[in-house]
Amino acid sequence: MDIEAPLLSVRGLGRRFDAAELPAVADLDLDLRSGEILALVGPSGCGKTTTLRLIAGFIRPDAGEIRLAGTDVTGLPPERRRIGFVFQDYALFPHLSVAQNVGFGLPRRPRAAAAARVADLLASVGLAELAARMPHQLSGGQQQRVALARALAPAPGLVLMDEPFSNLDAARRVETRQEVRGLLKAAGAAAIVVTHDQEEALALADRIAVMQSGRILQCGTPQEVYRGPASENVARFLGGSNVIEGEATGETAMTPLGPLRIDRTAYGRVRLSIRPEQIVLTPAGTGTTQGEILGREFRGHDQVYWIQAEGANLVALTHGSADYTAGGRVGLSMTEPAILLADG
Amino acid sequence: MVDRDTSLPQRALALSVALLVVLVGLPMAATTLAAITGDLSTLNHLWETVLPRYLRVTAVLVVSVAAIAAVIGTATAWLVSAYDFRGRRLVEVALVLPLAFPAYVLAYAYTDLLDHPGPVQTALRAATGWGPRDYWFPEIRSTGGAIFVLSVVLYPYVYLLARAAFARQGGSTFLAARGLGLGPWAAFRRVSLPTARPAIAAGTLLVGMETLADFGTVSYFGVQTFATGIYQSWFSLADRSGAAQLALGLLAMTLALNALERRSRHAGRDVGERTGEPLPPVRLTGSRGAAALCACALPVLLGAVIPALHLVRMAGGAEQSLFSERYLGFLANSLTLASIAAGLTLAAAICLGYYRRLAPSAPRRRAIDIARLGYAVPGTVIAVGLLVPFAAFDNALDAAMRAWFGISTGLLVTGTIWLLVAAYVIRFLAAAIGAFETGEIRVTENIDAAARSLGHGPLGALWHVHLPLMAPGLASGALIVFVEVMKELPATLIMRPFDFDTLAVQAHRLAADERLDGAAVPSLAIAALGVLPVILLMARLRRS
Repeated sequence: MDIEAPLLSVRGLGRRFDAAELPAVADLDLDLRSGEILALVGPSGCGKTTTLRLIAGFIRPDAGEIRLAGTDVTGLPPERRRIGFVFQDYALFPHLSVAQNVGFGLPRRPRAAAAARVADLLASVGLAELAARMPHQLSGGQQQRVALARALAPAPGLVLMDEPFSNLDAARRVETRQEVRGLLKAAGAAAIVVTHDQEEALALADRIAVMQSGRILQCGTPQEVYRGPASENVARFLGGSNVIEGEATGETAMTPLGPLRIDRTAYGRVRLSIRPEQIVLTPAGTGTTQGEILGREFRGHDQVYWIQAEGANLVALTHGSADYTAGGRVGLSMTEPAILLADG
Repeated sequence: MVDRDTSLPQRALALSVALLVVLVGLPMAATTLAAITGDLSTLNHLWETVLPRYLRVTAVLVVSVAAIAAVIGTATAWLVSAYDFRGRRLVEVALVLPLAFPAYVLAYAYTDLLDHPGPVQTALRAATGWGPRDYWFPEIRSTGGAIFVLSVVLYPYVYLLARAAFARQGGSTFLAARGLGLGPWAAFRRVSLPTARPAIAAGTLLVGMETLADFGTVSYFGVQTFATGIYQSWFSLADRSGAAQLALGLLAMTLALNALERRSRHAGRDVGERTGEPLPPVRLTGSRGAAALCACALPVLLGAVIPALHLVRMAGGAEQSLFSERYLGFLANSLTLASIAAGLTLAAAICLGYYRRLAPSAPRRRAIDIARLGYAVPGTVIAVGLLVPFAAFDNALDAAMRAWFGISTGLLVTGTIWLLVAAYVIRFLAAAIGAFETGEIRVTENIDAAARSLGHGPLGALWHVHLPLMAPGLASGALIVFVEVMKELPATLIMRPFDFDTLAVQAHRLAADERLDGAAVPSLAIAALGVLPVILLMARLRRS
């Protein structure tokens, strides 16, 4: 048990928008340490944005408790929580300049100190020259950095980011997320980043929480969650997965694809996850089992094959150079052990 | 969306919203109460004498004005939307010009122009050599004259909504109909017109409500409607329950039109946003182009240009001067009332709009719906509905103070301008709420949340974010209220404190005394201010 109280502690959080519908967030527990970056991932509509807005105080929970540095903030309005928020559309104030936007959360301070803080922040996000610009004169990436600088300005212990990269093009997204990670770490701020992009979550976060239907399915380091998904939904959401059934007999399981090594000892009926990159394709006649190629998608440095083997539909991810023709037969084998799913 | 909280500013806001709802509801409730508890023998008497005529004349007036305005508004809107012709850009914006004039000002101008000694008949006699009694000429001071004046001044309501509806529906459906073998007229009749029908209906119903509320024109023309009937019962007959009973009848009619108007507007919303490209305008050249231009220019000439020019001529021959001390006093009174009312109405609209925005919920939206209802209440009805309870209050207070302390408080409320200001707030709140809601579109919900997460409370966010962002829209809303107050006649006439005359009241008085040249002086001042929001509107039309 950690001696230090967590920065953020959420217990039993629930919110229902419509009495006739399922709750958007239900009985949710979450802890965040100081300076830690957590990615909250899940399919759209799983309640991740609602969770973020509940923590920020924009909406009130029906149930549960939110503690920030040990203090109960559940009933506090957002302006008294000192939590930074970066919006998906950035929500920059269109009538204020870049510098005024960043300084918005720094009222009634000595003017010189506030100006110096704004200048420091703008320098740290590389926008010092654009201080006098208006938001509509900035590119999407620049607006995003202004939004982050604005959220960091009052030196909050916690920053919440709602799909912060979704309005950037693919190339900008990859470099921006490492920049953002660096800025958060430099500021010493903990962050919860909501995203529906599993790759983004894996690359950005210290820990990942996978949500579905208003609940957290699994929470752990990116490696833990990717390599040991607790359930089929987690496995499918993070990195995609093939799920097959089998009969475990200790270290191995008998499956339609032949005997497979599994990551833990188990007995009886099990469900196993096999990542697309775990399936190795070889010319027909070789490998542990044979399959038929239903379709293929060439993506440049890699390619995806849809394969039917022994009654199971599988997805395989291979090198861009591994060419097999659709409709033809192919040999399959598995690297590494298959992952035993807890909800099997 | 930010959930509600119960901090002090929030409670203050909730309280002011509650007070506003009560204020707007008060004249309606008081009128109803005074009418049903009043002496029913008066109603019997009314029914045997004037009521059938009021009903008939009011119905004829409303139906005729609405129908004519609907035709003018729709036809001109279609011409400027579907066709391109020389002068189209000009008439497209100029068609809203009549909105600058209160109808009664047009009534004065046309009476002077078309009366027996007026320039038209004089020229006619000079040209034909007829004597004064040798010919028939239509009498402008009649029901027909009122229909004419109200139609040419009110059609822009239909024009604006119909034009927006034609622009919104775009060209694809019209072109699809043409592609299916319909001619342009058939495609208009069977596709474009039905699609725009809810908007046209809403505009027409607004015209109906304005016609019901009109007092200045019908009273000057001696046309006996509910509005003039209320005024007569109140002043000439000093019959409060009779006035209240007539007011209740008028209120029922305007509320019915208001309900229909809201239904139409909702139906119009279902038609949805612009789909695809705009209507490609058909180019009209030669005589067809000239005919289209004439058709669009005629309402502008009749509703604005001709009366404005004639008013200038009339004022030139008047002995009254706007810059005399007396008229500067009227002007100051008008400006005082208009500024106070515009400021308070805007503040009220901000309270209502922001209260709903902080936590959109059904009761908060209903508060705004009720507040908007004031627009449907004619000035005469608001006057009766506020004076009946507050006069009773003043009298009771005065009696009590005299009995207990031996001092007379007199007309504590009804003797001041504040009750009149309250009447303006009630009547024009809907316009200011509309301005708030238009301005609000610029401020996304996330911007609210951003301001809150950066440490600003609801009022801080309003002050630092909403008000600066919405300032242009709110300012134009305040300007509309300001000008409407300058133009307002019946409530001002009935409720103004003793010896507190405004430009509108002075114009009405001079006209009633048959001193039309004189009436032209304050009328021109009112129209000059009235043109300001219309210029803003025209600039917006130009850009779109």
